[in-house]
Amino acid sequence: MIETWRDLILAPSGARDDVSPPTIAKVFNIALALILLIALVCVCLVSLHVDWAVIWDCRVQLFDGWVVTVKITAFALVLSTVGGFVLALCQRSFLLSLRYFAKVLVEIVRSTPLLVLIFLIWYGLGGALGIGNGWRYIMGILTISLFEAAYISEIFRAGIESVGKSQIESARAMGFTRIQTYRYVIIPQAFRQVLPPLVGQLVSLIKDSSLLSVIAIAELTQSAQQASSNNYDNLETYFALALGYLVLTIPIALWSRWLERRFKYET
Amino acid sequence: MKLNLQNVVKRFGANTVIDRVNIDLDGVHCLALIGPSGGGKSTLLRIIAGLEYPNSGSVAVNGKPIEYQDGALLRHRRSVGTVFQAFNLFPHLTALKNITLPLEKVHGRSKAEALDLAEGTLRRFQLLDHSHKKPAELSGGQRQRVAIARAIAIKPQVVLLDEPTSALDPEMTAEVLELIEELKQEGRDLILVTHEMGFARRLADRVALLANGSIAEIGPPEQIFGEPKSEVTRSFLSRVLKY
Repeated sequence: MIETWRDLILAPSGARDDVSPPTIAKVFNIALALILLIALVCVCLVSLHVDWAVIWDCRVQLFDGWVVTVKITAFALVLSTVGGFVLALCQRSFLLSLRYFAKVLVEIVRSTPLLVLIFLIWYGLGGALGIGNGWRYIMGILTISLFEAAYISEIFRAGIESVGKSQIESARAMGFTRIQTYRYVIIPQAFRQVLPPLVGQLVSLIKDSSLLSVIAIAELTQSAQQASSNNYDNLETYFALALGYLVLTIPIALWSRWLERRFKYET
Repeated sequence: MKLNLQNVVKRFGANTVIDRVNIDLDGVHCLALIGPSGGGKSTLLRIIAGLEYPNSGSVAVNGKPIEYQDGALLRHRRSVGTVFQAFNLFPHLTALKNITLPLEKVHGRSKAEALDLAEGTLRRFQLLDHSHKKPAELSGGQRQRVAIARAIAIKPQVVLLDEPTSALDPEMTAEVLELIEELKQEGRDLILVTHEMGFARRLADRVALLANGSIAEIGPPEQIFGEPKSEVTRSFLSRVLKY
């Protein structure tokens, strides 16, 4: 409860770190942070003499780009989750060639900047295969799916490894086959561990998709760049751009937080 | 049950944990494996359970030799009930589901049959009220009793218990030991690794003392605890029975 001004600005003191501050203090401080940020933005806007009409003029173009971003990320979400799952299983395969292929692939992809990967796959692999312009979007989706799948496979791997050895031993002793052990023992238990970080990775995927603009995929970032080069006004469109991504990412980030809390309390 | 082990050897790297163990028993209902920690009791039990491959030697349960290859071993594991020290149950499933899952998926019972068998077993062990609780909501003793119920529900030819009470406090230990005693009285065949000397003495009809990977002495409990012949047995018992 709020008794003095200290309660409003300081976290509850005491031995426990996990005690949540009172709701009033939370609301007050979140509002304070938002006010500070908005004030900073306003100061910038006033000194820059922004012209919001510019955004209105290119609203159709921006909205089309936003829809493309939603579509790309929806496909990439499914592909990268499936790909990450397969890569995580491959890393535990009995077939050593498969296991090390997956491990090497994951390490290389995770250690390469996405921008470089996009260039390499589109100009390198795409060029070698001699594929035409029609493949641009498909290759873009595949590239970003591969990139996120490498991270997602690590999330799955950690989830699988979080299931205790004694559980696997127990299943083995009862005569479960390897596949049954995964299906009925490991995966259901790993699922709750994996869901919050997996949803969090989706936020990264949406943000990372902006890099696809470099190979002329007309998603949100590309549309904003197009728009600003048409009217020579960068700043306003970049505001709209940021807003377009935030609308997608913030709800998902909050959902991930919520899942994390829910599963923490259940165990 | 009949149990025959011939020259069983198990090495982990350069470490020989089971060194030419021979056991030849017939008509025994409860075998207790006792001995100092690291003496090889659990490893021997795991070899009998089909969870560990011996480097050499042979094991036969009820006259049937265990083939140490993947397919045959899977069938063997399905024919015995194994209970570990702790963490036996699947935490994401209720007590009831913990029992029905192996019945349905491993033993091919129908849903209704599995449910019948599981509920019957739980009722017999006075656990029916807890059937819809997850392991986290059960006490340590209840968890272990459900684990034993799960091992029994498949109608195993022999029940293997690896220190089933080592992780429990004395009160819960008593509750689990009572249940094991009931199993014995029902005529179930048991092989039990235990540190509970009094229990081994009362329940087992054969006691084997393992030290340094070999059997120091095997015989009826009156002999092992009353007039031990081997020096290893005497010194082990004098140490554990001192307090």
